[in-house]
Amino acid sequence: MDLSFTKEELAFRDEVRTFFKDNVPPETRRRLQEGRHTGKQELVEWTRILNKKGWAVAHWPKEYGGTGWTPVQQYIFLEELQSAPAPSPLAFGVSMVGPVIYTFGNEAQKKKYLPRIANLDDWWCQGFSEPGSGSDLASLKTTAKKKDGKYIINGQKTWTTLAQHADMIFCLCRTDPEAKKQSGISFIVFDMKSKGVTVRPIQTIDGGVEVNEVFFDDVEVPVENLIGEENKGWDYAKFLLGNERTNIARVGMSKERIRRIKQLASTVMAGDQPIIKDARFLEKLTATEIELKALELTQMRVVANESKNGKGKPDPASSILKIKGSDIQQTITELLLEVTGPFAMPYETGEEGRNEPDNWASPIAPGYFNYRKVSIYGGSNEIQRNIIAKAVLGL
Amino acid sequence: MDFDLSEEQRLLKESVDGLLADSYDFESRKKYAKEAGGYSKAQWSKFAEQGLLGLPFSEEDGGFGSGAVETMIVMEAMGRALVLEPYLATVILGGGFLRHGGSKDQKAAHLPGIIDGSKTLAFAQLEKNSRYDLADVSTTAKKKGAGWVIDGEKFVVLHGDTADTLVVTARTKGGQRDKTGIGAFLVPSNAKGVTVKGYPTQDSLRAADITFTNVEVGAEAAIGDPENALPLIERVVDDARIALCAEAVGAMEESLKTTMQYIKERKQFGVAIGTFQVLQHRGADMFVALEQARSMSYLATMAGGIDNAKERALSVAAAKVQIGRSARYVGQQAIQLHGGVGMTMEFKIGHYFKRLTMIESLFGDADFHLRRVADAGGFING
Repeated sequence: MDLSFTKEELAFRDEVRTFFKDNVPPETRRRLQEGRHTGKQELVEWTRILNKKGWAVAHWPKEYGGTGWTPVQQYIFLEELQSAPAPSPLAFGVSMVGPVIYTFGNEAQKKKYLPRIANLDDWWCQGFSEPGSGSDLASLKTTAKKKDGKYIINGQKTWTTLAQHADMIFCLCRTDPEAKKQSGISFIVFDMKSKGVTVRPIQTIDGGVEVNEVFFDDVEVPVENLIGEENKGWDYAKFLLGNERTNIARVGMSKERIRRIKQLASTVMAGDQPIIKDARFLEKLTATEIELKALELTQMRVVANESKNGKGKPDPASSILKIKGSDIQQTITELLLEVTGPFAMPYETGEEGRNEPDNWASPIAPGYFNYRKVSIYGGSNEIQRNIIAKAVLGL
Repeated sequence: MDFDLSEEQRLLKESVDGLLADSYDFESRKKYAKEAGGYSKAQWSKFAEQGLLGLPFSEEDGGFGSGAVETMIVMEAMGRALVLEPYLATVILGGGFLRHGGSKDQKAAHLPGIIDGSKTLAFAQLEKNSRYDLADVSTTAKKKGAGWVIDGEKFVVLHGDTADTLVVTARTKGGQRDKTGIGAFLVPSNAKGVTVKGYPTQDSLRAADITFTNVEVGAEAAIGDPENALPLIERVVDDARIALCAEAVGAMEESLKTTMQYIKERKQFGVAIGTFQVLQHRGADMFVALEQARSMSYLATMAGGIDNAKERALSVAAAKVQIGRSARYVGQQAIQLHGGVGMTMEFKIGHYFKRLTMIESLFGDADFHLRRVADAGGFING
């Protein structure tokens, strides 16, 4: 048993850390530190910097542009990326649809889509959830009917993150209405500019527009846009969601956020002393740091297990990463809110022409409101508990 | 990065688990607790035969020179079986003082007896007002000729009523809470002026309150520097905390297992109560608490090898916080999910709960260690 990194791994960490230090655009870094969203253009620029270095799709197999790093190296890379802080590559492309395409897609699809994902030439969004299908995803109703060598798609998706920027969508559609729930679903990709696609933004409680409703009204999609086999989409979706969980702990990001809390809490005053000197506050912050340390170790155990046993089957222990990871991320936004106190109240509409860098407090409350999402998405924390109960505890 | 046990460690785990599976079921434990001294001398001899009592001591001292991981393996197993014997008191605490700070002569005088199981030790540290502060020492050791005279009162000395030798912390200089001027002394429990009042503890183990009145010991009684033993005391107590973390992980693991087994079998409303989602989610949260505790037990075990006291203390303190919180959650929910039978002495789950509860406050509870981590600036800096 040895919890430390090897000399080679430490050298790798330094290399990655230096690259981020030298290459993340300062304005992007500042905005992330302040808890602001990364804009589309910002993410495109950053992804291209990463892609030039060969790190945009680091975890993909080498033949499709990946790095061939070990699971430990992948872990270090993500940790350093989040910790820098640098924007995470767009998950819908690199972590979700990319792996589905190189695993289940045909040669033409791999050639067509994969390089464009790596370079963020195509912005992808995810068409899974529907108004009536959240945790019970397999009850989805959007249909794809084959007609004259085309699929005709009708239905509605919702919670479609950043669909307003999207060029492409990967969509779960029902292709066999007779089949029972999980069977009869297909994984189809198509252009968001197709006729019959309507995007309606949903404003969330933080005031932002991150998610959308997407309506399909007789959208015509060429049959070659089916990924894998017809009616096997549920298997691909399960594969995709399994991949999603590996980076869900976000330990590096939480570390960076705790640094931010310490920085703010050392300057924001309460009477004659900074907030960090308040014993009650400091205890809450310390308790969170300890939880994060435990989570980091738990994540390392999952990674070590993956190094040993190969990726294949997702470790049910990774449900711990989702539950605790989201818990901690939410607690961190609470602590930031508490540091900021009444100065979190003014709502920045972007109309007053405020000088953004001076207004460090304005993203704090929206950040707190927005992060209630992390225990809901990616399989809600209640679903994760169901997974543990079934797969680990045998209940 | 590697969480696997080596081949030798795996064999050790198998042999300890095997020994306890054969001879330490819940009914046997009840019998052992009723023996004189509150534990089984026969079991203690078996531990000696298997080499467990010599595990951490160097080969030249007659031990096996094993490391922190081996101790963790043994403590986890003992936690699973709720072992009553004075392993912590004798091997980790008493033996720890000799291992980390003992002279050649002191080792020669005490280690063979520890390793062959013929002698036990105990650590007399807690005082009426010292709580968790190891530097808060009112018991005095005054110079007399070449030797020392010890006076004072110590409380809740684990296995203090059966120990042959006590390691006593006493002030040789300075004020009650000064960090310097503290010594650690080997005192035979039958020395003149030592009064031992033994009693059972809540978790069916034993402890004693011990009074020292004009107890005279020789110069050879002092372990290390009699005016600056605090770093040694902290070192040994950190080892004890690490061992307790592992023991708690073992006890939590067994608590969860027993509880899940119970809710799969217990039927109400015509179905196993484990089919109810509210209980399933409780089980899932117990699992999360256990695994987070296990992760921190690993961190603490690895920190055991760190000589830099500050760095070691940060990891050990953080682990004790996590273990304290997880132990409380897992222990309480284990009782809750058992319902009425969880409240009874005859059912084993309550005994796990009680042991876990006592571990929480041994050598610092979660609040105490949380403050230590906070004072050290936490893990994330710069």
